[in-house]
Amino acid sequence: MKRYSAFAIAREATRYHSGWERAWRAPEPKAKYDAIIIGAGGHGLATAYYLGKNFGITNVAIIEKGWLGGGNTGRNTTIIRSNYLQDPSAALYEKSRSLYETMSQDLNYNVMFSPRGVIMLAQTHHEVRGYQRTAHANALQGVPTEWISPQRVKELCPIINLEGPRYPVLGGLWQARGGTARHDAVAWGYARACSDMGMDVIQQCEVTNIRREGGKVVGVDTTKGAIDCDKLGIVVAGHSGDLANMSGFRLPLESVALQALVSEPIKPAMDVVIMANTVHGYLSQSDKGEMVIGGGTDGYNNYTQRGSFHHVEETVRALNETFPMLSRLKMLRQWGGIVDVTGDRSPILSKTPVDGVFINCGWGTGGFKAIPGSGWAMAELMAKGHSPLTDEFGMERFIEGRFIDESVAAGVAH
Amino acid sequence: MLVLECPCCGITAEETEFHAGGEAHLKRFGPESSNEDFENYMFMRQNPKGVHLERWRHNNGCGKWFHAARCTMTLEVFGTYSAQTYEPPKEICDIISAKRPSWSWEAFS
Repeated sequence: MKRYSAFAIAREATRYHSGWERAWRAPEPKAKYDAIIIGAGGHGLATAYYLGKNFGITNVAIIEKGWLGGGNTGRNTTIIRSNYLQDPSAALYEKSRSLYETMSQDLNYNVMFSPRGVIMLAQTHHEVRGYQRTAHANALQGVPTEWISPQRVKELCPIINLEGPRYPVLGGLWQARGGTARHDAVAWGYARACSDMGMDVIQQCEVTNIRREGGKVVGVDTTKGAIDCDKLGIVVAGHSGDLANMSGFRLPLESVALQALVSEPIKPAMDVVIMANTVHGYLSQSDKGEMVIGGGTDGYNNYTQRGSFHHVEETVRALNETFPMLSRLKMLRQWGGIVDVTGDRSPILSKTPVDGVFINCGWGTGGFKAIPGSGWAMAELMAKGHSPLTDEFGMERFIEGRFIDESVAAGVAH
Repeated sequence: MLVLECPCCGITAEETEFHAGGEAHLKRFGPESSNEDFENYMFMRQNPKGVHLERWRHNNGCGKWFHAARCTMTLEVFGTYSAQTYEPPKEICDIISAKRPSWSWEAFS
């Protein structure tokens, strides 16, 4: 792999950019791999990358039904933060956020990580108490966050209206090291690095069956033929239930559509990320100038990657109250992604009843921020059989009643 | 935008008038049940790609609960029926089977 650098750009500029290589190979599947990862989204590619980088396991295939990064990796609002209430969540998400800081250098791929700061607005007294509690918990966890006053919110984000008619801004939870990154580049960067380590990223290849012998996985059947493997990682977000069915176990998941939309591009107007969970809206401005808006989920099971229009209306109406200048903006695009939501709104990183099959799912409405940490932890789980980061996230927690309840506590928008 | 007919009051309306209540026909387990049974009832879901039987409430109408049969891949609503039942009625099963021949009703646990 040729490294990307300022020198490479200068070199290619002198020869009509004829020397750029393909970023990753497009191989046909081999007969057998040490490990197969199903799902070439951010989490799957990151898992493969850290299997190679941290554990030297490079005989790996990443199998993708569509194209890489085409699911929720390319459909989210790119927010990165780690201000969670519960210790296991904070550990995992903070690991992830810290990996984002050096990701561009690690991957030699510019993921445009922008630690511009994230404010979670408190617009009810319940939220004030909740976020103050989270700020204290974060202090104990070593995650730098801060409770800030409405005036400080206004300083950080001048376009905000503090005296919203329904929900005045009462303060906020500020994480200065949170921010955004280019979501596609995260998937592309990992794919390029995986391919460089000799891993096979196989796109347009749907898994149709998971073959087991004596309670142990032996391989998968795909639309490109049978492939054997010793270990299998299922990292397919909304479609986890389907693959669990193929493996003969069930999951405590429901899949729903989560929507987002972007406005026409405008000049720079806000340089922080704002999340307003009471009114179900979050907002940031992309480098192109579009206001990127995240909405709520539909309440019903859905696999169609589109959501109901009235949720767009609710989100935009709420944001108009808090950011009056948005009222004249035209919206350019709206889309939905299928998110898999667990009972306690925390992910599952777990062994399964089938020996050799590991699953990483249930990230619900907040998976993008967790991509590198999730991959790091999942790789350790697959290579060593356990990981300090995943110990609390096993699927047995539902039967044991050992929940990591982030549904309200950490203000996960859902 | 889903359009549902409330079998309790007969009104046909779009989804903003209703509230989704999750999977229908879950078997409830009481205090003496095993941990597995209770886990199934509380958390495990079919979450199918395809036919889904689910609970809805006519929030902004008669306020009553009912059941709906719907496809999660196409959002087609096959029909709605009373919640006073442990399994989908034959008419609903026939409608679904006509459109999704491979489907069959199967209690979850």
